[in-house]
Amino acid sequence: MIKHLLSGGDLDADTATEILDTAAEMATVAGREIKKLPALRGRTVVNLFYEDSTRTRISFEAAAKRLSADVINFSAKGSSVTKGESLKDTALTLQAMGADAVVVRHPASGAPHRLANWVDGSVVNAGDGTHEHPTQALLDAYTMRARLGRLAGLSVAVVGDVLHSRVARSNVLLLSTLGAKVTLVGPPTLIPVDIAGALAPGTDVSYDLDSVLPNVDVVMMLRVQRERMNDSYFPSAREYARRYGLDGPRMRRLPEHAIVMHPGPMNRGMEITPEVADSPRSTIVEQVTNGVSVRMAVLYLLLGGNNR
Amino acid sequence: MAYPPAARSSPPRQPSVKVILASADVQRVVDRIAHQILEKTQGAANTVLLGIPTRGTPLARRLADRISTFEDVAVPVGVLDITLYRDDLRRHATRAVGPTELPSGGIDGKRVILVDDVLFSGRTVRAALDALNDVGRPASVQLAVLVDRGHRELPIRADYVGKNIPTSLAESVKVTLAEIDGTDEVKLYGGQS
Repeated sequence: MIKHLLSGGDLDADTATEILDTAAEMATVAGREIKKLPALRGRTVVNLFYEDSTRTRISFEAAAKRLSADVINFSAKGSSVTKGESLKDTALTLQAMGADAVVVRHPASGAPHRLANWVDGSVVNAGDGTHEHPTQALLDAYTMRARLGRLAGLSVAVVGDVLHSRVARSNVLLLSTLGAKVTLVGPPTLIPVDIAGALAPGTDVSYDLDSVLPNVDVVMMLRVQRERMNDSYFPSAREYARRYGLDGPRMRRLPEHAIVMHPGPMNRGMEITPEVADSPRSTIVEQVTNGVSVRMAVLYLLLGGNNR
Repeated sequence: MAYPPAARSSPPRQPSVKVILASADVQRVVDRIAHQILEKTQGAANTVLLGIPTRGTPLARRLADRISTFEDVAVPVGVLDITLYRDDLRRHATRAVGPTELPSGGIDGKRVILVDDVLFSGRTVRAALDALNDVGRPASVQLAVLVDRGHRELPIRADYVGKNIPTSLAESVKVTLAEIDGTDEVKLYGGQS
């Protein structure tokens, strides 16, 4: 097993499948009266969050607690970071407190990689800048496998702001490792030139959502980050919604079995309409539930044995 | 749990292998345990068999099969994976987690019989008792094993024992079952011949 989880590309097909299989076992714990396993008793997991997050932080916290680990939550607001403490000094502080794993979210791409060189414990990337978010990709893959029964051979469209999306990058890497075919869809301004070839060979790019929809098993909508809306990547929010938003008529062009995913938080009416978000095809709530199981699997596989 | 032959250095001795139970013996022993369960539980009413992976699982299925042949009672069978409850998780590389499958009726208020192949230190059973505690509240818990090789490290004993094998700690007992290994056999490795 690997020591850190920094990128969707860290995982080979066997390891990724092991995580998904373990997550399936962890999911059964959620249905029990006692939602607790003793596997990580006495281990300390630090959630180091330099960016706001609801579901990822809570999900990691719930995952660690269900495995009986001790959880320390750190958010940059209200910490010594506001006094100018560097990431390295913060990391060394955590090290001195005996953190066995550090779950880090940071606005700078690559921060978790740096951190991994400074601490002895395992580092889990919970989103770094516009780079990667590997546990999101794992939970997306888990959700696809749970709904559609397989990953190999699936056709997945990832739609929206690919340029700034760490979710898209991790998903392309992981899904192509697991044998799915990804098509990136969005306005040309939001899809980096050559990204498909650079991330994973076999990935396609399209600027026309309507032509892609009839041929996919999964359509994953990305959030349009509000702060980007005024940056002239597209003429107006309404135009974006008209061309790349998923609404009812577009959803009905999907094959019968296809599912709609969104990593959250959603901008209802922007990239996805309420009709789609609340339809039976939508897996948005399942994704949150599966997130806890997948993160339990990741923490167990990183910390459960003596893998140091 | 099956343990590999103990690694030994000098003086080099011929590793001996002794067959304790051959295929027909294993079947007779399983038959006997099934009869004993029926006798001790007054017909296996309100009883659930839970196999401890890996080889407890097929043993539990066989016992249920024999019980239904002898007395026409269907005893629910399940699987209890104990990986996450082991006390030696940190001493080994991360272990793969297997499925736990409880019978549809659950185990609350039932007489649960845990089934494993070899009873040795008792630590596996300790972990199984902890795991059981988290998945339900049985009325009582019993233990059935194919082989008891002694050397307990915890105050645990079996209610049904297929075969007591006196061993030294240098020896190891290996159980093979047709469902997993192709043949039914119990062998003792490493004894002096």
